[in-house]
This record gives sequence, C-alpha cells and structure tokens, in this order.
Amino acid sequence: MSGTLCIDGIAVPFSDGQTIIEAARTAGVYIPYLCHRLGYAPYGSCKLCTVKVNGRTNTACTMPAADGQTVISNSPDLQHDRQRITQMLFVEGNHFCPSCEKSGNCQLQAVAYHQNMLDNHYPHFYAQREMDASHPDILIDHDRCIFCNLCVRASKEKDGKEVFGIAGRGIHKRLVINSPSGKLKDSEISVNDEAAHVCPTGAILVKRSAYLAPIGERIYDGHPISEVACEKAVIRAGEASGYPSCDPTKLTDAPQQNGGPDSHYAATMPPAPDIKHGR
Amino acid sequence: MYEYLETADPALVEAGKLKRVAVDPVSRVEGHGKVTLLLDENNQVQQARLHIVEFRGFEKFIQGRPYWELPVMVQRLCGICPVSHHLAAAKAIDQLVGVDPANLPPAADKLRRLLHFGQVLQSHALHFFHLSSPDLLFGFESEIGKRNIVAVLADYPDIGLQGVKLRKYGQEVIRMVCGKRIHGTGAIPGGMNKALSKDERDYLKQDIGQIVSWAQGALQLVTKVHTSNLPYYDDFATIRSNYLSLTKPDGALELYHGGIRVKNPQGETLVDHYDYCDYPELIREEVRSWTYMKFPYLTALGKADGWYRVGPLARVNNCDFIDTPLAEAARVEFKQHGGAAMVHSTLAFHWTRMIELLHCAESIQILLDDPDLLSHDLVAKGEKRYEGIGVIEAPRGTLFHHYQIDENDIVTKANLIVSTTSNNTAMNESVRQVAAEYLSGRELTEPLLNNLEVAIRAYDPCLSCATHAVGKMPLQLELVDVDGKLVDKLVRHSSGEFIHGSE
Repeated sequence: MSGTLCIDGIAVPFSDGQTIIEAARTAGVYIPYLCHRLGYAPYGSCKLCTVKVNGRTNTACTMPAADGQTVISNSPDLQHDRQRITQMLFVEGNHFCPSCEKSGNCQLQAVAYHQNMLDNHYPHFYAQREMDASHPDILIDHDRCIFCNLCVRASKEKDGKEVFGIAGRGIHKRLVINSPSGKLKDSEISVNDEAAHVCPTGAILVKRSAYLAPIGERIYDGHPISEVACEKAVIRAGEASGYPSCDPTKLTDAPQQNGGPDSHYAATMPPAPDIKHGR
Repeated sequence: MYEYLETADPALVEAGKLKRVAVDPVSRVEGHGKVTLLLDENNQVQQARLHIVEFRGFEKFIQGRPYWELPVMVQRLCGICPVSHHLAAAKAIDQLVGVDPANLPPAADKLRRLLHFGQVLQSHALHFFHLSSPDLLFGFESEIGKRNIVAVLADYPDIGLQGVKLRKYGQEVIRMVCGKRIHGTGAIPGGMNKALSKDERDYLKQDIGQIVSWAQGALQLVTKVHTSNLPYYDDFATIRSNYLSLTKPDGALELYHGGIRVKNPQGETLVDHYDYCDYPELIREEVRSWTYMKFPYLTALGKADGWYRVGPLARVNNCDFIDTPLAEAARVEFKQHGGAAMVHSTLAFHWTRMIELLHCAESIQILLDDPDLLSHDLVAKGEKRYEGIGVIEAPRGTLFHHYQIDENDIVTKANLIVSTTSNNTAMNESVRQVAAEYLSGRELTEPLLNNLEVAIRAYDPCLSCATHAVGKMPLQLELVDVDGKLVDKLVRHSSGEFIHGSE
C-alpha cells in the first residue's frame, strides 16, 4: 500500500511497507529516535519517536504508514516528553561527554542538543557498571549503554551470531554477552561485525580508534541531527520550494504549524518546568 | 632559610598565646588556597603557611579507563593550561603505542610544538596582564579597588588591551591546531589527528608580526618595572634555591621535549640531559599533614635541601641560550642585571615569563613558515608497551605524567607531578620570607597582607589546576586576640563590597 499521510501539516508520501518514521525521514521530516535504524526490525523501546496518530499515541518506528493518517510529532507536550525521556537516559547511565571519544559522533548527545536539554532534571543513579575491555579489538563501556537493542539485532540479524542480549528488568536491566565467561573475549564477535559498529552511543567501541576525526569534522559538528538523519537532497528541495502542505481540515488535533520538517521547535523550547521528584 | 616559621612552638600554641590571621582564599591565582599566619602578642610572626585546600583525585579516577582517553580526560584538570596536560599525556601514550619522541613524524612534532607555544603564550599573557599587572602597575599595597584588570584597562588602556589580545592570539593558535580554544582534541597516540590547512596557517600569519611587537612591549614594561624599583624587586620574597627544567641537547631553552637539567643556587650543574623516564629515581614526594599539595625533592639531596624551583625563572636560569634572537638578547640583559650565575629574585619570575612570551611569539612566527605544518604524514606506529612517561615544560614549570596499563589497554596506575607542586616548598619559603621580613611586628592591614599574595602570585601557581574566577572570590580576614576573641574582621563579598568591623 502506498499513499500520503499528514505529519504536522506536511503531506508525506509513503511506499509499501514503510513505517511512519521512515516515511517521514525519506520526506525530510525528522522525528527523534535512538533505537531505530534503517534496515533493522522495528523495536520501539526508546519511545523518543512517540507521536499522535489520528489522536492516539504510537511509536512512529513501529507504526505502519497508512493513507490519510494525521500525525502530530512536533507538539509542546510530545517535545516535553522527549526531553524528559532523554534526561532519564542520561541519569540512568554515566555519560561524561567532555572526555568521551564518541562526543560529536554520538546520537544520544545529538538528540540531547536537539531536545534543548540543559540539565539532567532527575537525580543521578550513579550506576556502578563494570567495563569489559577483555576483547583485543572491541571495548564495552556499560556506563554508556541505553539498551536500544541495536547491537542485539545487529548480531542476530546481520552477523548471524547472537553475541548480545538484554537481561533483567527496570533498573536491573543490563547488556549481557553470550559467552561461557560472560566476557566479550570469549564470544564469537569480530571487529568486522556490524554489531561492533552499530552502537548509537559510546558503549561499544572499536579500540584504538578514538579522536581520529578532528573537531569540526565529526558527524554532528556542522549539522544538527535533524538534518543528518534525513536525506539531504530532500531537505534542500524542501527549503527551496517549500514543503507540500496537507489539507488543514483533516487535522483533528490543533497542530503546531511548521515552517519546515524540523522547525527547531525543540531548540527554542524552554527547559521543561521543574517537578519535585522524591529519591 | 625561613624553615623555622613552618611550625610555631607547640608550647605557645597550646597555651593559646598566638593569634591567627588567614588570607582565605588567595586571589588572582588559579585555584583555591589560603595563607595562615600565627602571631604572638607583639605581632611577631611565629608561623606562616600556604595551604592548598583542594583535592585533585585525577590519579584515582582515570584508573580503569582506556589509555587513549588520557590526553582528552586529563586536560580537564585545568582550564588555563589544558594543552600542557594534553601534550604531557600524549607523550606518555606515544610510548604506550611504541613511539618515542624521535620517531614522531616531523609534522606531528611541529604541530604539537606550535600548539604548545600557543599555550605558553596565552597562559603567560593571562598571568602577567590579567592577574599580576595590577600589583606591578599600581603597587603591592595599593587600594584594593584598583587591584584588578578592569582598573588596568581604565588607567592603562593600551597595556590592558594588548594583554587581552596577546592571550586571544595564543588561544587562536590552540583553536586552529586542536579545534577548540579550551579542551580540544589534537594529539592521538603516535601523532596528531589533523594538519593545519593553508587557510588556518594564513589566518595565524596575518597577526603574528603584531604579536611579536606587543610581546617586546610587554618585556620592556616588566624590565622597566623591575629595574626602577631596586633593590626592592631583587629582594622581595627572594630565596636561594635549586632549579629544575628541561633543556635541548645543545643546552637551549626548551618547552616541549628535552632532558632534565638541575642547577644548584651557585649555578653548578647537578644533573644534565637526564632522561625524564628515570624521574622516579631523581625525585621523591613528601606529604605533610596540613596541606593537600605534596612536597617534591631531589632524592640525592634529601628532604631538607632537595627542594627546587621550576617555571620561567628556572628555565631561563638553567638554559645556556635561547634559540630565538630577541628573546636571547633579553636573556643576556636579564643575566647581566643579576650579575651572578643564577638569579634568585622571586619577582624575576615575571621578567623571565615575559622573555618566554617573546620566545613563544618568535617561535610561532618561525614555525608558521614551515611547510611541514601542512603535511598529512601525521601518525607513527610501533609495538605496544605497558608503561609511558611524558614530561613537558608547562607554563608554570616541569610537568610529569606517568601511566601504566594492562594487557587490555586499561590504565592501572597513574602519577602526575604538576608544575605548581614542585614549587610548593619555594612558595611556602617565599611566604615565610615576606612574613618575617615585611610583616612581622607590624599592625596587619589588608594592603599589607596583599604582599603575601604578591609573593605567591609571582610563581603563577595553578593551585587546583583549575579555572579561576576574576573578581568573584569572596575574601575574609579575621583578627583574633590571644584569648581567641574576634577583634576585627574584614569581608569582601563576591559583589566586591567590603564590610569592615567586628561582630
């Protein structure tokens, strides 16, 4: 099935089998995400891409696009929730951007900038997580794992190995290694596996490759993630001729009218109001 | 010479016969420290100490991290001289990947030198103009409202502005080489991650002539200040000491890489072209209960006599010559003024700092014409090792970084001897000298106490290796009588407002 759906007032065409997030991305409309990746089975765990589809809350990475859908992504309450979700990810692990080798290339950091995250809001967990440096070529810094499941899917679907798994629930959730010792060195992973390169943060790293890209040439140095994630040609065309708008009468919820695919609404959004949280 | 003032007679302390005066914190230095004096009933100083009240802890929390993070993580020690920490760690991790300094590609070696000249230039400019010029231009006991860079900008706009712009130029050199003015990335194991582009090089070249000329002006200024206040500037806070620094193989002044040279107060060379990888044999560190900063000393001379000074004064005293013409001429003039083999005047730190500022500007000018800066042959490779030591001449003196790693590339042990640590005994000795010679027996006032800070400031200490907030440091002086009763109190709030009087 193909057709057109309406995201924040922009008419977005889709092709057979596309999810809302992929249809949007292809059309140059950015919906934030961390656990999604093109060519991988939808997973829907990070909830950043939560949108309203015909008035109901759904994750855009798992919801198939359908003709005539009305999708709201860029609304104050959804952006507020995305900022809070991002903050929760930061306090749950230990993310020290200043010395992290992934800085500038990190999707989590880039999403935080996009969400205008100025503080952690929530109290830190100060999680105690051990590093696994046992493999000669690959390092796992569990401090930076956000449980996006991409390495699990990469190893299983792309590498045919099942090296990784997620165990436990809630705050006891952890990334586990399929090996007799539980250490990466005893697993089947190889440095050429897709699972060694898929991590959106700095949790799984190829050793001895840090800081090779100078400041200014890292992925998010020149462009915000909203541009990097979408197809550049589409964004340029959209900026030149304007994005096709859909019939406003179809919109059920009062939408935030956009000037483009990502009006940088989040960047101008004030930090979410402070709510007292008990420890 | 003034060691007797380190600890007062315990009997007097027990009997409650001494009153305590604290300068807390010491201002216009990097980091936080305080000075305490114990005075008897006649205001005679019985004890004078510089305490460093911060705890650094980096050696502990870099354990367990992969070694390639070190240059980027450890530079966070400091916002003033991060590049020096970055490069000292880089030299250490070069060894971890089996690359010795001689095997570094020429382009990487020159880019690192350019980076470090930029660092020393900006740090020296910051210290001289922003932190010390108020004392030097307005006088040590001038009105407190005057003793800041804002007053310098108002009364001496040309000098103040040149200081700001000199520093900015050094920061721009750093930004071109490693991407950011503060805490960039540049050095990687065995080399550098980027060359200069032609545009970047040309951008730096357009102002360097002006920078050399302003550096000459700064040197003339400090020379004039020093020589027009004699013998005061030669005597104030002055102590005779050993001096430690790196020098080039030919004996020239060196900031990036060389062998260790130590000279004694008479100018006799005790150690020369010493391989810094053997520093654990050369130096030990002593811990004392009243401060977080250790006291390094030369093992061969022992705890009592083995302390030494590092920094610009040590480097200019120790070297045989400087390999840039203007700075060398200045060095010759400086040595002639001293008249002896070694210059021991503590305020001569300022003079030698400006000689080095000029040397950095000249060296940057020469390097910018070197085509190697544009070369993309930037990284060397070698066989893995388990221990790496990097030593560099940071703006404040010789800086040691020492790391051990395991078979998984994880840091298991780290030791840092930061420049200011090496000057710990010397700073305490200078504080005691000022307390004994200039303060003892006098009624203490705030301007008088600034003399203590002037003595410390000469060393340009980076007490925490941390950033410094100009004009925002609250200051509290308390005068307590022999019965422990508060007699007088002076508080400077962070707004700059003064409250005087006892409570």
